[in-house]
Amino acid sequence: MNIHEYQAKQILNQYNIPIPLGYHATNAQEAQQQAQQLGGEAWMIKAQVHAGGRGKAGGIKKANNLNEVMEITNNFIGTSLVTHQTGGRGKPINGVLVENPTAIKSELYLSLVVDRSKQRIAVIASAAGGMDIETVAAQTPEKIVSQTIDPIVGIQAYQCRDIAFALGLAAEQRQQLTQILFNLYRLFLDNDLSLVEINPLIITDQGQLLALDAKINLDDNALYRHSELAALYDPSQEDEKEHKARQFDLNYVALDGDIACMVNGAGLAMATMDVIQRQGGEPANFLDVGGGTTAERVTEAFKIILSDSKVKAILVNIFGGIVRCDLIAEGVIHAIKQTHTQLPVVVRLEGTHVDKGKALLQTSGLAVITANDLDDAAQKVVNAAKGMMP
Amino acid sequence: MSILVDANTKVICQGFTGKQGTFHSEQSLAYGTQLVGGVTPGRGGQNHLGLPVFDTVSEAVMATDAIATMIYVPAAFAADAILEAAASGIKIIVCITEGIPVLDMLKVKASLTAYYPGVRLIGPNCPGIITPGGCKIGIMPGFIHQPGRIGIVSRSGTLTYEAVHQTTLNNLGQSTCIGIGGDPIQGMNFVDCLELFQQDPQTEGIVMVGEIGGTAEEEAAQYIKSRVTKPVVAYIAGTTAPPGKRMGHAGAIIAGGKGTAAEKWAALEAASVILARSPTEIGSRMLACLNA
Repeated sequence: MNIHEYQAKQILNQYNIPIPLGYHATNAQEAQQQAQQLGGEAWMIKAQVHAGGRGKAGGIKKANNLNEVMEITNNFIGTSLVTHQTGGRGKPINGVLVENPTAIKSELYLSLVVDRSKQRIAVIASAAGGMDIETVAAQTPEKIVSQTIDPIVGIQAYQCRDIAFALGLAAEQRQQLTQILFNLYRLFLDNDLSLVEINPLIITDQGQLLALDAKINLDDNALYRHSELAALYDPSQEDEKEHKARQFDLNYVALDGDIACMVNGAGLAMATMDVIQRQGGEPANFLDVGGGTTAERVTEAFKIILSDSKVKAILVNIFGGIVRCDLIAEGVIHAIKQTHTQLPVVVRLEGTHVDKGKALLQTSGLAVITANDLDDAAQKVVNAAKGMMP
Repeated sequence: MSILVDANTKVICQGFTGKQGTFHSEQSLAYGTQLVGGVTPGRGGQNHLGLPVFDTVSEAVMATDAIATMIYVPAAFAADAILEAAASGIKIIVCITEGIPVLDMLKVKASLTAYYPGVRLIGPNCPGIITPGGCKIGIMPGFIHQPGRIGIVSRSGTLTYEAVHQTTLNNLGQSTCIGIGGDPIQGMNFVDCLELFQQDPQTEGIVMVGEIGGTAEEEAAQYIKSRVTKPVVAYIAGTTAPPGKRMGHAGAIIAGGKGTAAEKWAALEAASVILARSPTEIGSRMLACLNA
């Protein structure tokens, strides 16, 4: 789960990691009051959306007087910000963060992340702050330094020193960095993060390290033990269909194509999308209905699939293990009748009680197209989406 | 022969009397697995499915000589269950549970590596392990398997069933099938399983099913190139997956441009692995290869 920059900074602040003083506002009046309270002669107005690349996309603006604070905030709120991470429709701006500008001497990059191949938490740092770390990794990998942390003993001071020296920091900043890393590691563990990224971590003209931006990703699987963090979930930043699916415990990801699919199992669901594309079609979604599928879940899944107006055909692909194919067939029949869909539906069943399932579909009186294997199913659904019925 | 488990493997179940534990224990027993008891704290001394229930894993191990366990306890207690099994002398720990917090698994992994190097952990978030005709530890449908020549290792549950189904249809059968699970931090990985399949005389060919996220497939490709002489057929799911989105499995995500299917296909191709570009081709590719 993602949270907003202002929320991430509040958490950093709780762990004594220096951040610029700032306030969150949801309208122009509020923003102006916050700016007044902050004082100073200029203010940064930062659009709060769950996406990186806001600066380049025009989501961070400088106001030189209180009128401009209101004007910029007014122009932000209620619109959507499109960055290179958001996709074409962008993410709605419902709030801004108001801060004073900071005099920057240099910019660093700092993050903690779960390193899968080393199976440990890794610290990643770079002297090339303010840039996408992916770009730095691709163009100048020698500018990236990292340390992995042994979970049994935790982060060590020598690791912090190694990073600080590699970044070329002076003695004063080396000490600050060590303190920040110790606090960041504790923050990471306490809150079950999967990522915390400070980019840039700046050195101010006064020689202070300061987290100018912050991104935190939380481990969904650990939210049960962090109700206060779970409450930060912002449905406005999620795709509407993905949000709905989440409520029904369905794994759904919206895509751009016109062939919807409903599959059991995440791997098979991805494979189904891939095979649709191989046969010349484009998948409209990823949808894993999971192992404990019932007729009701199939119906809910159909409703979500059908709420996407791009969809021209549906492919149901089930390999029954614990899930029985006859129950899935009943679910599909129930869903088609409930939703009154006129779209062509291709069904491929395999596994437990497959013959019963196929028989149910054939005697249902519905125009369901059956398929023998995944390739066959994909070919049929691609043809159906193009208006070619078998 | 087979790898890790066979008809003589004595197995217990943690979370034995729960709904999942009960259902899948019944299925394992029906398949012929030597399930010898189970553990539910506070219910020691009772009988369940005709087998003894113990309060702790160490009691169960002492009374039954079990060397393997299957874990069906809820995600919040699963890391504890894995460590209890390791501390009690269990050698093969199969954790089916989905949704364990990543940091719990980091600790488990560090502890197993440091203190229990001989213990094999399979999973979590996986279908389990099966040696057809001998031992089923997990949630896979037993009837699609057939004792035979192919070792299967996969990150995905239902895609494993596809591979099993096709190798059965082609009359190749399976030596052992392992689902290593879809989580970012896991027990056995592709390389661990490939090593065992390479050594196993019953296994003549290996099917490997990967997916987007992480670099386990690239590491497997390196290993295959230098150490595996048996034919390997591979399929990778997620060619069409968009970056930055978690595709069902906690570990199935293209992050920072890394973990794409294209990189994995390329690494496997460079290691002379036979690529099944559609899962439907897994069985026929393997058959063609063994007949060549």
